[in-house]
Amino acid sequence: MRRESLRDLFIAAVALAVLLVLPVLFPQPALRDFLVYVIAYGLLAMSLNLLVGLTGLVSFGHAAYFASGAYSFGLLMQSGHFSVPMAMLCALAGTALLALVIGAICVRLKEIYFSFITLAFQMFIHSIILTWVDVTGGDQGLRGGIPRPAFLGIDLSQAGTLYAFCAVVFIVCLLIMRQVWQSPFGYTLRMIRDNPARANFLGVNVLRMKLGIFVLAGTMASMAGILMALFVSGAYAEFAFWTMSGEAIFMIMLGGMQVFLGPVIGAFLLQTLNHYVTIYTEHHGLVLGLVILAIVLGLRRGVADYARDWLAARRTTREAAALEAKPAKKAVS
Amino acid sequence: MNLEVLAGCLASGACVVTQISSGLIVGMLLFLVASGLSLIFGVLGIVNFAHGAFYMAGAYFALLAYEQTASFTAALAFGALAAGVIGVAFERFIMSRVYGHDVLMQLLVCYAAILIFDDLVKILFGADYKLMGMPDAFATAPIQIAGGFVPSYYIFMLVMALAAGLGLWLGINKTRIGKIIRALAINPQMVGALGINTKLLYAGVFGLGCVLAGLAGALAAPVRSLTPGMGLSVLIESFIVTVIGGMGSIPGALVAALLIGLTRSFGAIGFPLFVDGLMFGLMALVLVVRPSGLLGAKAS
Repeated sequence: MRRESLRDLFIAAVALAVLLVLPVLFPQPALRDFLVYVIAYGLLAMSLNLLVGLTGLVSFGHAAYFASGAYSFGLLMQSGHFSVPMAMLCALAGTALLALVIGAICVRLKEIYFSFITLAFQMFIHSIILTWVDVTGGDQGLRGGIPRPAFLGIDLSQAGTLYAFCAVVFIVCLLIMRQVWQSPFGYTLRMIRDNPARANFLGVNVLRMKLGIFVLAGTMASMAGILMALFVSGAYAEFAFWTMSGEAIFMIMLGGMQVFLGPVIGAFLLQTLNHYVTIYTEHHGLVLGLVILAIVLGLRRGVADYARDWLAARRTTREAAALEAKPAKKAVS
Repeated sequence: MNLEVLAGCLASGACVVTQISSGLIVGMLLFLVASGLSLIFGVLGIVNFAHGAFYMAGAYFALLAYEQTASFTAALAFGALAAGVIGVAFERFIMSRVYGHDVLMQLLVCYAAILIFDDLVKILFGADYKLMGMPDAFATAPIQIAGGFVPSYYIFMLVMALAAGLGLWLGINKTRIGKIIRALAINPQMVGALGINTKLLYAGVFGLGCVLAGLAGALAAPVRSLTPGMGLSVLIESFIVTVIGGMGSIPGALVAALLIGLTRSFGAIGFPLFVDGLMFGLMALVLVVRPSGLLGAKAS
């Protein structure tokens, strides 16, 4: 195994340990709920960043797959014929198929037109959810709760177990995405982002690559939706509304799109902001808006990207200083 | 789905007239908002995701002026102008700082602006529904056309919107300043090199787009209830209109706005829950078949 992969595994193990220990140290249920939201939204934002940051495809309709995962998982569990892992696999496969069909149409379009068509498909799915009341419950959402029968000795109806399950799934998904991020496929996607014409000349099938990452990102988003459905024990039409995709984009922008974990940091920031701002003021939008403006106009990139650039700049000045210092010493001796 | 009701409506002249007239005014409001959006995109090359906020500003300032002066003409003028002034300030102080950055930066700035504007409206005007009421001049019996009733205010709205659209088209295509604006859209460096203040012109075009949105808001004030989030649904629909008509095309915006307006008014009878789905389906279809829109310039 390569050294980098080992390092990633080590970091993942530490992160998982921290996630699992946190609720033990601070046993308030509010913290656990907060962390589950960060996990679900963070996973959604991370999956979207495979398109936005890695491939340069700005999708405005990514929440469609989040909703598709949540609804198909919820409906399968309510049917009573499936165990939790089986329903998860089926929901993931179903969403992957959906993303394949929609993606095959969308990836042919460029720039803002790609954004608009993904938005159109998402809102189309939102309308179907609202209209097909018999199955989806319309604007009331999927009612009656989602049963969580125990499997392999894991009982998800216990809040602690559910949290640990979410944390493990989250870390596993991050590791998978990290592999993609560092793989030759990931570097091909970066080339497509920076210069599609050159990628094409080099014999890369640009459309197929884009479609591949579109399906993968959609599948990961549906995993986030499944976790959310498990946690809130339901699925709601808002999952497929454009504001959900919007929030995912803001998490990416706040956290940073060029650093792998940037979107998770953004999800954490946005959830914290939402949480504290609503406690202290009723003018939630005003404060949130001003903070976003300050970050965008002040840093001009996400927090993690800013930190990376700052560290890089510091390293260069240090190296330059060291280079200057060396000849000076020689001259003295 | 309630297709029998829709068929029944189509068979009756009165129902058709009523639905067409309500479809036309929805379409006209959308046309005003979307033509501003389209103008800004065509000239500045940016997508103003905060455009709905100026529609809202137009409506609220029109209400304010109407309550103070009781003159509807003053309300229209003040609503449109206030939206324009706020638009110019927004462009100069905030939006112009993210020109040349990727579209996501602009999106985030606009989202922040929407959050701030919505909350400011809540602070200044209150969070509850507001009604302006029909101005006295239009408080007359509706006009009867082929058995259907059309309020006289609808006719006024139609004329105002068409006049504004025609004025915009003539201004862009037939005047000297319009020629400069068209040149600005194609080659801003060259226009700047010829000694024209492009920054001022950008702010002016952005402001003009916001005036159109503000006018739409002011015109809508007597027939719609005013809420702090009223800009968002208009924004989404005017995006559909801009995309279907072609980004940057004013006549395209008119055709698409009428199409969407009529789809809404007749769809509301036949399949009320799926109207949005139909509109977005139409948008996806246009994007697939002709990404540049019905009347947009062919993308290179």
